Amino acid sequence: MSNPAKISLRNVHKAFGPKKVLQGVDLDVAPGESVAIIGGSGTGKSVTLKCVLGLLTPDQGSITVDGIDMTDASQAERDAMLAKTGMLFQGAALFDSLSVWENVAFGLIEGRGMKPRDARDVAIARLEDVGLGSDVANMSPASLSGGMQKRVGLARAIATEPEILFFDEPTTGIDPIMGDVINDLIVKCTRELGASAMTITHDMASARKIADRVAMLYQGKIIWDGPVSEIDTADNPYLQQFVAGDIEGPLELDLKHL
Amino acid sequence: MPIFAPVGQIFLTFLALVGRVTVFAGRTIGHMVTPPIYFRLIFKQMREIGYFSLPVVAMTTLFAGMVLALQSYSGFSRFSAESAVATVVVISMTRELGPVLAGLMVAGRVGAAIAAEIGTMRVTEQIDALVTLSTNPFKYLVVPRVVAGLVTLPVLVLIGDIIGVLGGYLVGVNKLGFNDGSYIRNTFQYLEQLDVISGLVKAAVFGFIITLMGCYHGYHSRGGAQGVGQATTNAVVSSSILILISNYIVTELFFTR
Repeated sequence: MSNPAKISLRNVHKAFGPKKVLQGVDLDVAPGESVAIIGGSGTGKSVTLKCVLGLLTPDQGSITVDGIDMTDASQAERDAMLAKTGMLFQGAALFDSLSVWENVAFGLIEGRGMKPRDARDVAIARLEDVGLGSDVANMSPASLSGGMQKRVGLARAIATEPEILFFDEPTTGIDPIMGDVINDLIVKCTRELGASAMTITHDMASARKIADRVAMLYQGKIIWDGPVSEIDTADNPYLQQFVAGDIEGPLELDLKHL
Repeated sequence: MPIFAPVGQIFLTFLALVGRVTVFAGRTIGHMVTPPIYFRLIFKQMREIGYFSLPVVAMTTLFAGMVLALQSYSGFSRFSAESAVATVVVISMTRELGPVLAGLMVAGRVGAAIAAEIGTMRVTEQIDALVTLSTNPFKYLVVPRVVAGLVTLPVLVLIGDIIGVLGGYLVGVNKLGFNDGSYIRNTFQYLEQLDVISGLVKAAVFGFIITLMGCYHGYHSRGGAQGVGQATTNAVVSSSILILISNYIVTELFFTR
């Protein structure tokens, strides 16, 4: 990799009590690149993401964003990092005490100090970007369907035009067609912003569509990392089992008997 | 010694909890005095915690004042001290019953609501979302509630004191046959400033405890709906107990020398 990585994880460890979740994760995301981390449930995908965001502190190892080590960054450096990131949460995590447009404009009003009237116009434009009309702007997030909530969450994540985007299971919990709509929107938004993206997913269709590169997390380590075009041909039995979705294979499933 | 192990375990867990709550309180106070401060949210919470608690506090203190007049009359008439009823009512209300009853009622109403709201925000990742949107959850969620509790509880208690004394007056004059002028005179004759002030200080302490415990338990809740339910219970129980403990401590600080 010639240019310096946007996000770089080196030997990241994280344990919760006796349970070692991450055991030395190494991963780079280049500027403008979209990386999908795939892996089964409970393999530490979410923990990896939360460590990068600073919501969890790794026990060991370093995480650098734009060359600044986040594990011992000052609060100001951390705030600066968060100011240029956007995140779409698995359950959208919309603020249910606020209306849809206030959710989308939240980062602009609270984070950037933009006037609510101007922020509202931006919010409505972002909602249009994700295929939602201005009629939903004043609705409560609770009255929207799951797919609509995800799209509002995406609009909120891109509202501040971030350089880095995180997607936590973007297609989980919605129907396949809406999942495909979300995937297309993610690709479109990341391209338009020229942002680096890190997606965690176990949906291979989604990973194929969104990602330039795929990294597979298993037993706390990245066991395969390569271009998305190679996932079907790569010589890695773990990856092949996951991609094919077979029960038989080298992956140790968390099942006692079937 | 299998008997001592669990006792020690419980004691250590308790100490760890006290430590965590203290750190949480320290962080809250730290964020209270450093910008940005969300005044809009503080006013919203003052409405939520203060204004909407008025009916509950008014009902509680009204009937407390009424029953106090009735009870002290029937007790004091045994040694012909009926004339002390008005004084007993006003001193009991301002020093003890006003702040403690209002505190316990608000703990049930507001403490539970805070824990449930923040707890739900925690388990649905809304608190994480706040962080990713460059907003400190302490400043955005915790500080407005704690400041509102600290400010509005004394106001609530002052109103509750007045309503409680009114309740005593209504019973005293209409039921027990006191002369209304002399009842009012007796009410104010022996009342000292410190009686009222100590009650208001207690109210501020209780307001801090209620909102802090609600926020603490909500903030640290985990495990979905059950976790939020647990947080709500813990918030109400711990704030109620802490209200009664701190009530004794504040009373001792004020009235023993």
